[in-house]
Amino acid sequence: MTGIGSYAVRSSAPRARATARGRSVRPKITGWLFVAPFALVFLVFLVVPLAYAFWLSLFSKGLATGTTFSGLANYVKAFSDPEFLGGLLFVVVFSVVLIPLQMLVSLAAALVLDTVTTKLARFSRLMIFVPYAIPAVIGALMWGFLYSPGFGPLAQVFALFHASAPNLLGSHDVFGALLNVVTWQWSGYYMIIIYAALQGIDSSLYEAARIDGANQWQIALRIKLPLVASALVLILVFALIGTLQFFTEPQVLAPSSNGVITPSFTPNMYAYNLAFANSQINYASAISFALGLVVFVGVYIFLFATRKKGRIV
Amino acid sequence: MKKKALIAAVGVAIVSLLAGCSSTGASSGSTSAATDKPQSQADKPSNCDNKIVYPSATRVSLWGWSPTLPVAVDAFDKAHKDVQICWTNAGAGSAEYQKLSTAIAAGKGAPDVVMLETDHLNSFLIKGALVNLSDYGADKWKSDFSAGTLKDISSNGGIYAIPDDGGPVALMYRKDIFDKYGLTPPKSWAQYAAAAAKLKSAGGPAIGDWPNDTPAFTQAMFAQAGANMFDYSIDKKTSLGVDIDNAASRKVLDYWDDLVQKGEVITTGQSSTDFVSELASGKVATFIAASWEPGHLTGAGFTRGPESPWRVAMLPQWNPGSPVQVNWGGSTYAVTTQSKVPHAAAEVALNLFGHENQQTLGAHFPQHLKAQKASWFVDAEDPFFGGQQANKEVWIPAAHGYKGQGYSPFQDYYYQQITAMLTKTTSGAETSAAGLSKLQATIVSYAKAQGFTVKVK
Repeated sequence: MTGIGSYAVRSSAPRARATARGRSVRPKITGWLFVAPFALVFLVFLVVPLAYAFWLSLFSKGLATGTTFSGLANYVKAFSDPEFLGGLLFVVVFSVVLIPLQMLVSLAAALVLDTVTTKLARFSRLMIFVPYAIPAVIGALMWGFLYSPGFGPLAQVFALFHASAPNLLGSHDVFGALLNVVTWQWSGYYMIIIYAALQGIDSSLYEAARIDGANQWQIALRIKLPLVASALVLILVFALIGTLQFFTEPQVLAPSSNGVITPSFTPNMYAYNLAFANSQINYASAISFALGLVVFVGVYIFLFATRKKGRIV
Repeated sequence: MKKKALIAAVGVAIVSLLAGCSSTGASSGSTSAATDKPQSQADKPSNCDNKIVYPSATRVSLWGWSPTLPVAVDAFDKAHKDVQICWTNAGAGSAEYQKLSTAIAAGKGAPDVVMLETDHLNSFLIKGALVNLSDYGADKWKSDFSAGTLKDISSNGGIYAIPDDGGPVALMYRKDIFDKYGLTPPKSWAQYAAAAAKLKSAGGPAIGDWPNDTPAFTQAMFAQAGANMFDYSIDKKTSLGVDIDNAASRKVLDYWDDLVQKGEVITTGQSSTDFVSELASGKVATFIAASWEPGHLTGAGFTRGPESPWRVAMLPQWNPGSPVQVNWGGSTYAVTTQSKVPHAAAEVALNLFGHENQQTLGAHFPQHLKAQKASWFVDAEDPFFGGQQANKEVWIPAAHGYKGQGYSPFQDYYYQQITAMLTKTTSGAETSAAGLSKLQATIVSYAKAQGFTVKVK
């Protein structure tokens, strides 16, 4: 916001120096006018609700008691709440497994599609991207059907061998089942980001490498990979934020899981269920902010660690 | 000949219904609606799912998901010139409760009349959301309900909701499977376990299902063995009696865990679509179900008529000498404290299903004793059970045996914790004793954190 404003001022600086002081204000206002539509929406739909939620999180209300100001007590409670911490541990472990997997899949797909330039490649690119175009709720419902041991395709396949299908949403397999849904949904999107970065590389670099005797593997690993590193960092940040806020897929699959996906399965689900099923709006706000804090710290640490490669910070 | 008689009977019923409705509408309707402050045009709820018959009348907003509401609402609106219902389907069960809770927290946006299940009444009562209908003439209707029903809808002597659909629990069984393996409907849980063993050794299907995700059912099973988990009344708003970790609940959990260990029951979650397909494909020989289940399964495409393999019998007992009947689900209509027209709203809650007949009945089990005694209901042959007279043989005696039970003022949280416990006890990761003792500790500490004074029995 201020960035654009100060840019406007900077670009007009030479002229402003030459004219009277009063006129130098106008470009500043013009800048703000350009920003105003965004700023208004940003304030009304993001800053104000956030501030209100934070205000709510400073109060406590029990079913049998009235509302009292409790300061940061809800936050102390959150960070010692086994349900919140359990959900947090799940999303952290899930991120640690999911993100490398997703990046590997999307990077491999992008590298292959960048090298092969046939009609089939263009078709494949679209097909890999299509899952991202499917709304998350629909995707999760579809996977719920595919996983169903009772009437899904698994049941039919296993019936051919006179065996009963495994329950993929049982307590042992639910991690892998969700991993699969999310990888399926997002790899195509990340593939497009990497692919776009690959397309931006000057092809004379490849020519030079080939003259120096590099093979396709070496070009991919030694030239392409370092040059798309900033895209990879971007993906990582997206994936980290998205996974720590994991909500839609487990929420949609919960009714099919016979209680394995609990109301506090992920911190976001916990906040949602606290607010809307258990009427604990104040504590739910605190949980949301606590999660926001964890995401912020996690992303900051990560960006700090990769600041040389990423250049995002 | 038979057909003609039926048409005549239906005709008589409709005429008597209209007569009944219009008479109450003309008398009590005009007096009670008149005591509300006049409703301005802007205050009238619009966007109704039904058609308003008398636009100038006081309009009462109603949330509910019962499939027969369209019929009942139209009948009510036609019969009442001074009160009109504006009905909205705000989602079934928890979907509606979440919207209602949000509206209560916001202080506005709740409907005048809302459909609630009996087990959730205390959860809304404690939020001060429900009007005491005894102040609006509900006591006149007391004789129309059984003692068990009255206990469920009352708190500290006041009536807070008018019941319509009940949920007496019974044992649905597959006649074809029972015939094939030479079984008869078990009268006791010991016989049920014996039948389970017999099916298993003969290579038959599982006897039934023990789900984690259907806590209202689990709660009913606990109650049948004699567990009364909660003691709560609105006059002592902040005190709560808790008795979860008791011998009766342990007995129930141990019994089912044993059947699970032996592989004689399946453990499919009943909110999954898989469960319905397993019911349909004969993977289970019995299904412990409430009276609304046949209607639900009919909606899922189950066969009706002579080909239907399902029959129904009384719920097996721990002690057949002194049988205990239980209730699972069932719906009521309550008036919210946000209503600006409480007299008209109470009139709707009392009369909407107050004259239950074949048209408004749908797949209900009527809580109104008048309807339970009507011959069209008692003698009805249920096509879902292949023409069995299910009402007379099973549902009515099951409902009469029900004595009511205690519900917590945070029923959703309690249900979530039952499910959490069952995922551990059913899989064998935790013993029933450990599970129940943890459940009780969780509920007690939650209740204390919510500001209740907890008495552990």
